Amino acid sequence: MTSLHSRFAPVLAVLAAIVAIWYLGAYALNAPFQRDLDRRSGETPTAWEFVVRTMTQAKPTLPAPHQVVANVYENTFLRKPTSNRSLVYHSWVTLSATLLGFAFGTALGILIAVGIVHVTTLDRSLMPWIIASQTIPILAIAPMVIVVLAAVGITGLIPKALISTYLSFFPVAVGMVKGLRSPEAMHLDLMRTYHASRAQTFWKLRVPASVPFLFASMKVAIAASLVGAIVGELPTGAVAGIGSRLLNGSYYSQTIDIFAALIAGSVVAIILVSIIGLAGRLTEKAMGARPA
Amino acid sequence: MTGAVVAASRLGLTFRTNDGPVEALSNVDLTIGKGEFVSFIGPSGCGKTTFLRVIADLEQPTAGTITVNGMSPEMARKARAYGYVFQAAALYPWRTIERNVALPLEIMGISKSEQAERIRRTLDLVNLTGFEKKYPWQLSGGMQQRASIARALAFDADLLLMDEPFGALDEIVRDHLNEQLLVLWARTQKTICFVTHSIPEAVYLSTKIVVMSPRPGRVTDVIESTLPRERPLEIRESPEFLAIAHRVREGLRAGHSYDD
Repeated sequence: MTSLHSRFAPVLAVLAAIVAIWYLGAYALNAPFQRDLDRRSGETPTAWEFVVRTMTQAKPTLPAPHQVVANVYENTFLRKPTSNRSLVYHSWVTLSATLLGFAFGTALGILIAVGIVHVTTLDRSLMPWIIASQTIPILAIAPMVIVVLAAVGITGLIPKALISTYLSFFPVAVGMVKGLRSPEAMHLDLMRTYHASRAQTFWKLRVPASVPFLFASMKVAIAASLVGAIVGELPTGAVAGIGSRLLNGSYYSQTIDIFAALIAGSVVAIILVSIIGLAGRLTEKAMGARPA
Repeated sequence: MTGAVVAASRLGLTFRTNDGPVEALSNVDLTIGKGEFVSFIGPSGCGKTTFLRVIADLEQPTAGTITVNGMSPEMARKARAYGYVFQAAALYPWRTIERNVALPLEIMGISKSEQAERIRRTLDLVNLTGFEKKYPWQLSGGMQQRASIARALAFDADLLLMDEPFGALDEIVRDHLNEQLLVLWARTQKTICFVTHSIPEAVYLSTKIVVMSPRPGRVTDVIESTLPRERPLEIRESPEFLAIAHRVREGLRAGHSYDD
């Protein structure tokens, strides 16, 4: 009980600080517009009434935390999950593209890593290109991918998933190159004394040794996939998904909706990263790792 | 000598390093007969581990010749002529003890039923029966090293190469394992090449002690032990034992200036 308390107390303290600063910010940013409104309608609210008014605007410059919470609650629990005002619905649209892109990206990353570790030519030629690929801003690439694929008749899930793939293969490739090369010299020498084939060394030594690296890089990759899917929803003016909520919100100055969509995206990210972390721990336990 | 397990003649190995060439082995002449227990002793850098690795085809000599079972080390390695025990146990942490012992058997394509039989037999040989399902971290250092010896014995190679296998263990565990190793050697009739830093260990275990010295790595003395094959621990207080130990110490001192 004390350990639970000591673990959560610092987190809650930081959360409280963020909320407090957020409220102050909301007041400061919304006050000029509110003053303007009051002057035009000739009202003279008391100080407290004025503070309350800055926190209850329909389209605030910076929505107050309780406005965002109310919006998230309303759009998550009070609407049918199939409604296009439901955050569950939009999260699901983005999630499906994220998962597909993540699956592609992980597979591609592993494939590249296996190639780099086993083929000297690939080691020298591929890595600079892979690193260069990540220096290109995804916001510049995304519209081109979407437009080009739309021109050949591919729309919807696949283009978004491809942008996710583009972002997520990189951490997996880099992590798995490191993981597949992680066996110590002694473990490799041992395989040599047995006259083991390359395939045997790969499956019996390199692959099991790389498992912790795989899960660590998949954690980064799934978060990158989510970003990729959201970015992929922006240039199309997509009708659904967290990205489209962000875009619509900014078109119509629905700042509360923007923040609600951001929260939805964060929640999805936390859930995905936690699932990978849990899968990693279970896998390592099944592989006999010493309990931490 | 025909039928020698290892025969080296004028063997040399020079490593190319950034600081220029390093002569790890120079002019090594050595013959190891079947069933011998040969210890290699000498200070760091004398090439004892390098020599073992040349036998194992883990390093390539740059001069002279060497045969293992009458063939080149590479052919011997491919024929799985030896089991190698490293300084550390080098067990795969994701495999249980029995799966670690099974590793060479899987690689060599031995049937499941035969694997089970050999795992049972070799774990019994190193007194690890009952620990089959444990993971390496659940075992003490001495037990881990015994498991790695079991792994080297599992595929029944006639030659066992051991590179300071007990170097990381405390003296009490080391004494115990030395005794067990002698029993195991008597039971299996294997030829053993054993690298060590310890004079008592070398004298206690060996039928032949190869004293080496560094810069360049070379053999300075080869001592044929006069001790009987049957060796209780108490033999280490006998005058004969002390005489051999003295000769080893003299050889080490002669071959190595401690001033540089």
